[in-house]
Amino acid sequence: MAWANQDKTAIVGVGATDYYVRGKSWPRTINDMAGEAILKACADAGISVKDIDGFAYYSTAGAGYLDKFDTALLMETLGMPHVSFSATLTSGGGGCVGAIGLATAGLVNEDCKYAVTVMSLQQLPQHRLGVVFGAAAPNPENSFLQPSGLVGPGHLMSVLARRHMHLYGTTQDAFGEIVMATRANTHNRPKAIRKAPLTKEEYEASVMLADPLRRLDFCLETDGAVAVITTTMDRAKDCRHKPAVVHGCAHGGQREWGRAFAWMGMPDPHFASSGHKFPADRVWAQTGLSAKDMDVALLYDHFSSMVLMQLEDYGFCEKGEGNDYVLSGKVRYDAATQGGVNGGVPVNTHGGNLNEAYIIGMTHVVEGVEQVRGTAINQVKDAEFALVSGGPAPLPTSSLILRSA
Amino acid sequence: MSTKTAYGPARLLPGEQIRISTNPDTEPFWDAAKEHRLTACQCAKCGHFRMPPTPYCPECSSNEKNWPTLPGTGTVFSFAICNKNPANGEDYIYVPVVIDIDGAPGARLNANITGCDAEDVHIGMKVTVEWTEIQGGWVLPNFRKA
Repeated sequence: MAWANQDKTAIVGVGATDYYVRGKSWPRTINDMAGEAILKACADAGISVKDIDGFAYYSTAGAGYLDKFDTALLMETLGMPHVSFSATLTSGGGGCVGAIGLATAGLVNEDCKYAVTVMSLQQLPQHRLGVVFGAAAPNPENSFLQPSGLVGPGHLMSVLARRHMHLYGTTQDAFGEIVMATRANTHNRPKAIRKAPLTKEEYEASVMLADPLRRLDFCLETDGAVAVITTTMDRAKDCRHKPAVVHGCAHGGQREWGRAFAWMGMPDPHFASSGHKFPADRVWAQTGLSAKDMDVALLYDHFSSMVLMQLEDYGFCEKGEGNDYVLSGKVRYDAATQGGVNGGVPVNTHGGNLNEAYIIGMTHVVEGVEQVRGTAINQVKDAEFALVSGGPAPLPTSSLILRSA
Repeated sequence: MSTKTAYGPARLLPGEQIRISTNPDTEPFWDAAKEHRLTACQCAKCGHFRMPPTPYCPECSSNEKNWPTLPGTGTVFSFAICNKNPANGEDYIYVPVVIDIDGAPGARLNANITGCDAEDVHIGMKVTVEWTEIQGGWVLPNFRKA
């Protein structure tokens, strides 16, 4: 059954700061960067920042890992005269694209007229995601995980990757291909952190941080901010750009996934997965579409192995066939034809978290918008549908399908 | 490319750098560990096991719990091989493992393994509990190759 809110809202503005290597954004502050992203998103939409009356956050309104956004402070900073919607999805980066569904809820309920979703991330030494779990004070729940020395998200993710390799014969070659294929999309992107082409030899020489995952299987640690503006379709028509129509959006997850790699209790086949089967099934049911209908897939790539598992959970290939799918070149973007390779759907045409920048998933939303507008740097020809995913993480995970207007 | 690296002996992370905290829901597990007794949280009404311990049984909603003494053995469900001590960044080979606990279907523990080379750890490997003293007078269940 089609989603009641299908095509009722659209993303009309995107804005971002420069992307900085971890810690290099100082002496800028979290709210300085958030403000720049919001102001740029408003300019892109052709509205005044004072038109914003809704805030739809994710990551429990987190600004990075230790700071929090506060709507009142953002209003005080940017001068919105009033706010009539202020809400967040829970947990972390899993809900990234679900925040657009949250914005839609506020808009169709006529709580607000223009909703902003923003992430600002600054990884000063004490704020590094790479160590933030290990540095956290013990609590009764993490006392069943931390003592094992699974101190960072990559360590946790490598345990899931190992199980996938065991069950399905998945190889590190496939993880490497994901990194190389998406690296090939950044050479022409001025803001990307890693632009040099990556060879197989360079990948294999990358240090093993948590076997089976290498440093290059881990995403970048970057600073910066990204904001997007969502509004109703009638208002979207008056904005500067072609609307990126919100065609489907879901967040959540099932109990078998639950706290995911924060508890490691997932039964097979959920353990060796991205936890995205639930939101995937929801957006496909909402839209009547399937993976093969997508023109481009912007998959949250905090770790290369999680791209492979999302390809399975979304049905780009069968469960357990991600290795062969990836190794046949199907995640690549072919600039000559502006399309996929070997019948595949191009993945992370912006280079993703692995190569361009990591702003907790928001760069994927920006790329999805640019693809369905037709203005992407690595444009997929006549892109009509873009799939954007939130992080494979403790639930909620989330899915978004954008449609060209 | 699935070459095995020669890592050498898998070590337990030093107990003196490990801290935990407890609450009334989890403390019976840690109290048992102090006595070198491996247990898991079991619903007293329907028998369902759950770990980490939580206030209610997710199957039947009972809040009555049993803490049975388990055999202290298990099977490696998955693992990673790590090479830096997280406390100080020094070279240190340790293997975080996810263990399916014998006698407690569905319940798992996350721990370290020792008694073999890191590269010889494999999914399906049988293990027995090995007790590690940690900060605060608590004792942590780790595992040794059976």
